[in-house]
Amino acid sequence: MPEILVFLLIKLILVIVIFALWMTMVPLLIWLERKVIADIQVRLGPNRVGPFGLLQPIADAIKLIMKEDITPALVDKWVYGLAPAMLMVPAFLAIAVIPIGGVVTIGERSFALQIMGLYRGPGLFVPELDAGILLVLALSSLGVYGVVLSGWSSANKYSLLGGMRSSAQMLSYELPLGVALVGPLLLAGTLRLNGVVEAQADYGIWFIVPQLVAFAIFLMSGTAEINRSPFDLPEAEQELIGGYHTEYSSFRFAMFFMAEYVNMVTISAVAATFFLGGYRLFFNDIVWLQPVWFVLKLMAFLYLFIWVRGTLPRVRYDQLMKLGWKVFLPVALGNLLVTGLVIAFSPANTILVMSIVGALLGIATFFGLSYAIVYGLRRRRPESERRVVEPTRAGVSE
Amino acid sequence: MIAELVIFIILGTVAVATGVAVILSKNPVHAVLFLVINFFSVAMFYLVLSAQFVAFLQILVYAGAIMVLFLFVVMLLNLTGAIESVQDKLPAQKWVGLALGIALLLEAGVVTAAGVFRQVPAAPPPSPNFGTSAPVGVKLFFDYLLPFEVTSVLLLIAIVGSIVLARRRTY
Amino acid sequence: MLPAHYYLMLSAVLFTTGTLGVLIRRNPIIMFMSIELMLNAANLAFITFSRYQRSLDGHIFVFIIMTVAAAEVAVGLGIIISIFRTRTDINIDDLNIMKG
Repeated sequence: MPEILVFLLIKLILVIVIFALWMTMVPLLIWLERKVIADIQVRLGPNRVGPFGLLQPIADAIKLIMKEDITPALVDKWVYGLAPAMLMVPAFLAIAVIPIGGVVTIGERSFALQIMGLYRGPGLFVPELDAGILLVLALSSLGVYGVVLSGWSSANKYSLLGGMRSSAQMLSYELPLGVALVGPLLLAGTLRLNGVVEAQADYGIWFIVPQLVAFAIFLMSGTAEINRSPFDLPEAEQELIGGYHTEYSSFRFAMFFMAEYVNMVTISAVAATFFLGGYRLFFNDIVWLQPVWFVLKLMAFLYLFIWVRGTLPRVRYDQLMKLGWKVFLPVALGNLLVTGLVIAFSPANTILVMSIVGALLGIATFFGLSYAIVYGLRRRRPESERRVVEPTRAGVSE
Repeated sequence: MIAELVIFIILGTVAVATGVAVILSKNPVHAVLFLVINFFSVAMFYLVLSAQFVAFLQILVYAGAIMVLFLFVVMLLNLTGAIESVQDKLPAQKWVGLALGIALLLEAGVVTAAGVFRQVPAAPPPSPNFGTSAPVGVKLFFDYLLPFEVTSVLLLIAIVGSIVLARRRTY
Repeated sequence: MLPAHYYLMLSAVLFTTGTLGVLIRRNPIIMFMSIELMLNAANLAFITFSRYQRSLDGHIFVFIIMTVAAAEVAVGLGIIISIFRTRTDINIDDLNIMKG
């Protein structure tokens, strides 16, 4: 068998395995979300379909798909039909660069457990995709099209408002998201995700310690980027009915639903890769077990996302914009500056200095952010900016 | 060679078709979408021409940021209706423009057919890391440091300018 | 490798399309997009030469052109928004207030 066929076969198996991993994460996540939120709200949650309600996501999916697929009369048909796919395709494509394990060697061939990873066989060498993180960022910024266009094409003012909000929100939060990742990249000295994981193993420390600030900014901006609560303004049910997907039903709605969860898994995967050491533990372990560590770290982040949703109320739109531009972006840039300075001036024991500085910076940022959120963002808007007539009954307005 | 020709024909058709669609679309939102597809096909050309890093930047900057900005403005101003052709003040302009465009295309065709670009040597395959982030970064931060810094100043000016322009003048 | 002039001709066609867009259309948003199309065509030519000369300088040019395009779009769309605020329509031929 020619080498190129072996290569394609191995890649095909990798694609199927990793895709299947993501696809099993989605129903699991839906179940977990309903159960955890029920637990937070002291309810039981789904418990009728299957043991512990485990088959509930499948029942949900069947219910959604069996519903009538409605296309409203005044919609822009092409864009309306394309929008859900434009949200889902980038969400899935980002899987291609996430490493779920290290380099496996079978006989004379070795390959990374990563779809666009390295492959070395007799007479054929394919390197890992360069600048994989750029691809992840590019794809996450493409997700905005699905949201904006579904909002615009629905010919519904609530949808349009959701689309407008999301285009502003996702465009704003891309910046802190990207800038936060530059700190770990500087420490790792590479743009390849595999390299980032290996750098953490080499240093013997997860980047969550030296890059505590970047971690916090990344998590919060990531939450905003995938429109999760408390930043789910594009689909704020209480204000916009359903936001950008108000007019969608049946399978198209299911696609929006799925895209949201896939994005969540992908952001969690990037966070695990960059800040929790990805698939590596601290010692040299068996390579076949590495996907297990990866999935465990992934699950930790997914739980965190659900926990946050069950805990925090949604922020107001002007608060969201203030937070992104006036807090997250400057803090992320400051972290980048400090990281750069440390790397430039202490080449010998960079990681030690950075860990101490990073921890101190993290504590300072925590208190600073808390102060900003409690006092800065909640401050009443000045008289000139206020347009809403407030209730005048005594005791209500203040 | 054959594979590259097939890729070239497919991508080239997509690029030209979407380019024409951009300038013929009545609806600016459709034009934005066609332009995004066009940028994607150009990014694919960059990959074929072993410029990985630039290809990703193309998707990240053009498709991910610039076109979203366009879409945002189109939606904000609700420009989707027909704002042109109400009364065309210079009706002759279209035909003169078309003639000039065809002339430009013919000129390019003649120059190409005359074989000027045949002098460009058929390059041997470059080293595997040609166009990846490391060599491009070295080039940018060593050989082209001054232009890079000037570009950052330009961006700063653009930020200030757009804020000044877009600010509401009611105090 | 295909001969370089394949890519250069494609770049020329795209550039012409962009030029035509600027000349024919009166909608400033679409004219703007046509300018982006022209910049992209130029980028394609840069990358082509860069590949055939095996030098990375073209990549840097593309990098800088992208930055310029981003700056231009930010300012240009700002101008369009502020015009729209004062005039409620933005047909490019009507924007002749500053005519002497």
